[in-house]
Amino acid sequence: MAYTIEVNGARRTVDVDGDMPLLWVLRDELDLKGSKFGCGAGLCGACTVHVDGKAVRSCLTPVASVGGSAVATIEGMAANPVGNKLQAAWMALDVPQCGYCQAGQIMTAAELLTKIPNPSDADIDAAMRGNVCRCCTYTRIRAAIKQAARIPTAAPTVK
Amino acid sequence: MVQVMVQTMVDVMMPAKAVKSRSAGMSSAAAHSRRTFLKATATAGGGLLLQAVLPPFARIATADDAAAVSGGEVAALNAYIRIAPDGIVTIMSKNPEIGQGIKTMLPMVIAEELDVAWENVRIEQAPLDAAKYGQQFAGGSRATPFNYDPLRRVGAAGRQMLVAAAAQSWNVAPADCSTATGVVYHRESGRSLGYGALAAKAASIPVPDLGKVALKDPKTFKIIGQPIPGVDNAKVVSGQPLFGIDVTLPGMLHAVFHKCPVFGGKVRSANIDTLKALPGIHDAFIVRASEANAGGDPQGLSDGVAIVAKSWWAASRAREKLKVTWDEGPTAAQSSENFAQRAAELAKGAAASYLRRDGDVAQSLNDAAHVVEAAYSYPFLAHISLEPQNCTAHVLDGKVVFWAPTQLPGPGAKLVAATLGVAESDITVNMTRMGGGFGRRLRNDFMVEAAWISRKVGAPVKLVWTREDDIQHDFYRPAGFHFLKGGLDNAGKLVALRNHFVTFGRGGKLADSAAMDANEFPAGLVAHLEYGQSVMELGVPTGPLRAPRSNALGFVFQSFLDELAHQAGADPLDFRLALLGEPKVLTNSSGKPDPLSDFDTGRMRNVLRRVGEISRWSERHTLPARTAKGVAFYFSHFGYFAEVVQATVPPSGDIKLDHVWVVGDVGSQIINPSSAENQVQGAALDGLGSALGQAITIERGRVAQSNFDSVKPLRIDHAPPVDVEFLITDNPPTGLGEPALPPVVPALCNAIFAATGKRIRSLPIDVDVLKV
Repeated sequence: MAYTIEVNGARRTVDVDGDMPLLWVLRDELDLKGSKFGCGAGLCGACTVHVDGKAVRSCLTPVASVGGSAVATIEGMAANPVGNKLQAAWMALDVPQCGYCQAGQIMTAAELLTKIPNPSDADIDAAMRGNVCRCCTYTRIRAAIKQAARIPTAAPTVK
Repeated sequence: MVQVMVQTMVDVMMPAKAVKSRSAGMSSAAAHSRRTFLKATATAGGGLLLQAVLPPFARIATADDAAAVSGGEVAALNAYIRIAPDGIVTIMSKNPEIGQGIKTMLPMVIAEELDVAWENVRIEQAPLDAAKYGQQFAGGSRATPFNYDPLRRVGAAGRQMLVAAAAQSWNVAPADCSTATGVVYHRESGRSLGYGALAAKAASIPVPDLGKVALKDPKTFKIIGQPIPGVDNAKVVSGQPLFGIDVTLPGMLHAVFHKCPVFGGKVRSANIDTLKALPGIHDAFIVRASEANAGGDPQGLSDGVAIVAKSWWAASRAREKLKVTWDEGPTAAQSSENFAQRAAELAKGAAASYLRRDGDVAQSLNDAAHVVEAAYSYPFLAHISLEPQNCTAHVLDGKVVFWAPTQLPGPGAKLVAATLGVAESDITVNMTRMGGGFGRRLRNDFMVEAAWISRKVGAPVKLVWTREDDIQHDFYRPAGFHFLKGGLDNAGKLVALRNHFVTFGRGGKLADSAAMDANEFPAGLVAHLEYGQSVMELGVPTGPLRAPRSNALGFVFQSFLDELAHQAGADPLDFRLALLGEPKVLTNSSGKPDPLSDFDTGRMRNVLRRVGEISRWSERHTLPARTAKGVAFYFSHFGYFAEVVQATVPPSGDIKLDHVWVVGDVGSQIINPSSAENQVQGAALDGLGSALGQAITIERGRVAQSNFDSVKPLRIDHAPPVDVEFLITDNPPTGLGEPALPPVVPALCNAIFAATGKRIRSLPIDVDVLKV
């Protein structure tokens, strides 16, 4: 059946089964490939998106459950002041190796910095431990979150 | 401690002075005099730095942007270099990118010798084309040693052609011209021309002899040696499509492929008609290996059921309704438990064959003042690249086009040609970025499957495996069993060593990646040494995992050496230095001298001593109870690495990784210090993750694990800071994807012993035995 959801500020209508996970709606119906498939079981965080600002695993989120909530994906982070400075810090510190997990890492970090603007190491551990980086870029992920936290939230720096 | 790491990271990114070389401040010997330390040192200024780094980075896009940037006709100087009239240079990156940073690094080498500004360089991924690019693969940490010199020459040849073009235009001698960042100068007359203006003319100049082109003095490098961020970073952090799994084609169908959980199992029957009637399903069919892979090559076509649908989700849902009756075959009788029992039985007898026998081990062990005996083992391991295996193929009129996340595209095309009965020349392979490789994508089973399914349905097909498929149908790091005996003399010197390695075979040969080298350290340094081997038949596919063989043998031998050191009452680091002895070269097992693969004990001594210094090894006795350091070294993939791990083992047994120190020697040049540090930190943490939480267990011929809850990757809350230092030596530059991994596992296990008195002889580490 048809579902209309709000993704990155735009209303999009898809004709799919209600139990189709948001991840596959985003990737295969809306051609937003930034959210990644890693485990299909909420164990790796590669598919992390925001639903009403909360980081959720889109691989386990049926599209029917989204309703009128606002979905934000990595493709929408340039317009998000916190997401944007995380992207800038990620690039400045050259965080990625393969890069496959990094969208999910940034989405989880964006929720963290929105809730806790100056997170401690323990805050970072608690928030980020659900996101696997198989290349183990954790040293730089931690550094980039701290660097982003030091950037004043202002106009976007990366377009 | 973490603050220090942040500062180190920040400093690494400073464009101009990120990498500071200073004279060797360490001990005396003349052998050290030419060495300098390359190290990111801590300075302040993170905020400013961000401003400094972002603008040039933001201008570095990939080739699809180049057309928009550069107008007019683009001139090709060679297969790697194109220059547009506006001076924008497009450089082809020949090898597949799995996260090792190669798409940035190889073009850096060309750009340096071409003498252009990095911000005017665009990078394009080359397709598979052996005629143009030679060997194109990601494996064995080989890209640097194989390509550094040749690609410098490619760049230098381009520069020479541009100089010749300018000299012709001005009617002057090329020798009187010079270049600087994309401009040719004739100083005498004050004339200059940009590369963009010269490119068309330069393209008509005969390509010079690559063996004779003049190379830069490395002291003048402006790009090589700089911490250049990954060229795809902007796309990565903004979620643009890059990876194999992101490929979309018009009319593309989506597929899943369900194989027998028991390796080599055959389909007897399946409820195909039921599947075909399900919503969104385009086709479903049985695939039989016998149609194209009668020999049962695990890399070739497997039996299974293909389900093809309009969306991957529909195919995946239909798979839940699939019912297959399998002929599981002989591998169903195999299990990890049986292999362990069988290995222990085999160890009671003589080895079936010998890799090496020096001196008289039996007599020497008999005469030894102390004998240490231990059995070591390690499990099968999966690669668990975060991007599950996938491949997009379009078979049309006997031609095959791939968008393939493969580390080994050439052999992949060859395998597909044989499987489908098409000519290799009719196969095109577009290489996509990969969400990790670790050796898994050196095997191209997914290419075979995607092509087979595409041909059957007559449409482009994207095949995507689930995580469960990925974990249960891998080419596993082989398990192994080692039964060791070492003898020490009265002075605590290692005089005898015996190892009986019980490993795996397949069809009369050793299983893939299950071999041990006859020169495995400390062979050549112990007078009486015997390396024996026995083999168990295995139906489980095996293959290379990051630092193949070394990732397991490093654990065994560097742990056992630690046992011997403790038995000798020696400092484990000093014991190793004594074993390495005076600097000398141990020839590799081929017998042919090779400066890359021969083992230079002097280089290892130097990294070992240095890691002792930076980790404050000599002060380790001041650490609190149940906190300790362990040390290990290993030589693999031409790289010399020594590492110290500090760990705390509380009474709960829950190991806390406090810190890792790594010192490596990979020759005269760290090409990209940012990527180099990232690789080394990642390799060290990868090794720790495998030792702490990963094993593949075979039960009834199938894999017992299925997802990240049972195969546990390292997570951020267990990731310690990793300090990295490179010793710069007068040796050819070599690669960094792998050699930092092997020493970290024994360094951790040796730290655990020092903290608790419990020796870890089996992986993964069982925390239950560490509980008090």
